[in-house]
Amino acid sequence: MTDLLWTNLCSPLCLAFALGMVARLLKSELSLPRDLYASLSIYLLFAIGLKGGVELSHTTFKEFFAPAMVTIALGCFTPISAYLVLRRIFRFGVADAAGIAAHYGSVSAVTFIAAQQFVNAMGYPAEGFMPTLLTLLEIPGIQIALTIGAILTAREANATEQLTSNDHEESRSRPMSEVLHEVLTARSMILLVGGVVLGFLMKDSGYKPVKPFFEDMFKGALTLFLLDMGLAAGSRLKDLFKAGPALVAFGTLMPLIHGALGACLGAWAGLSIGGTTVLATMAASASYIAAPPAVRMTLPQANPTYYLTAALAITFPFNLIVGIPIYMSIARWACGA
Amino acid sequence: METHPVILLTIVAEHVLRERLIAEIQKAGVRGYTVYEVEGEGSRHRRVSEVLGSNIKIETLVSAEIADLLLSILTRDYFRSYAAIAYTTSVYVVRGEKYA
Repeated sequence: MTDLLWTNLCSPLCLAFALGMVARLLKSELSLPRDLYASLSIYLLFAIGLKGGVELSHTTFKEFFAPAMVTIALGCFTPISAYLVLRRIFRFGVADAAGIAAHYGSVSAVTFIAAQQFVNAMGYPAEGFMPTLLTLLEIPGIQIALTIGAILTAREANATEQLTSNDHEESRSRPMSEVLHEVLTARSMILLVGGVVLGFLMKDSGYKPVKPFFEDMFKGALTLFLLDMGLAAGSRLKDLFKAGPALVAFGTLMPLIHGALGACLGAWAGLSIGGTTVLATMAASASYIAAPPAVRMTLPQANPTYYLTAALAITFPFNLIVGIPIYMSIARWACGA
Repeated sequence: METHPVILLTIVAEHVLRERLIAEIQKAGVRGYTVYEVEGEGSRHRRVSEVLGSNIKIETLVSAEIADLLLSILTRDYFRSYAAIAYTTSVYVVRGEKYA
């Protein structure tokens, strides 16, 4: 187990992330230009989608069906479990709980990529169609948590209205169709789903000419991207102290629970050790790119400090450094290795 | 040259609101607008998103009625929940009929 941890720690990804955090802590003026960040994320998302689609084109329906079903189930379950734990055990308010749950029900593409790199390095490559599973996990996640949040905050608002006498007009709430549209047409969704579709259609022959760009350069771009993530997480560290032990506890325990669940379900659905590890990691991950704007728009009452700190400063480094090796150990056990 | 008075409405808000605010002002009947990407902090002292970052500033030249309408929409639907401010100034333009 310790050699797993050590190998992971010395990967370019972890090291670049650590450098970013250290730079921020040393109060360096280093920052990556916004446009570079935007370009890298477009590149990474599209590249994953393409590769996944190409792989999907030579997967049989039979291989894909059980993992897909299990993934959708996970996608529906994780936002609800996160919400309930936050409300019942950690006693967060409705909006805050729903906002944070939206992040944990969704997936971090970067953590997914890190998991893939790790399982490859360990000699347990995952199935090729993992990116498709990524999109299946992502779609229900944010939506369910936001719906819970919207319904319950509206109910709460109605209840308090009867108690207070407010003269001002009630601001109109946003229609669900608008929210759904926003989530489904978000940049990450279009690039991932679109990439998968394109990859599927172009197949290996179509992909070959662009492979040097989208595959060979991938790891380098990812390393640079993680440097930026380290900088961002480092800026959040002081919020960590404000956030309190409850958030830290949630941010480390919930991923472990979701990860274990994902590993068991993945193994049961017949995924390889690598595939099970990646699925577990996806279930355990928390989005911090796609989810924050969606939550901000729909649940502005939710405190951004909580969900951003939890996702970016607690769960992401936890998964990256410690989580992925743990999920692999669970996956090995679950797959009977 | 003959100039006409018109209201310059400026809104500074968090980046997530970009499309919504543009849709909002267009619905109110503005003739045009300019958007800037700006940086800064407000009284809430919160940076909402690392990864989206920054803020937007929208400027539009409107009649007093539309300015009033937009200010009340902003107060009712946005100020309570989001980081945003708005202010007006009187400016003078040529081709006053463009903004009537």
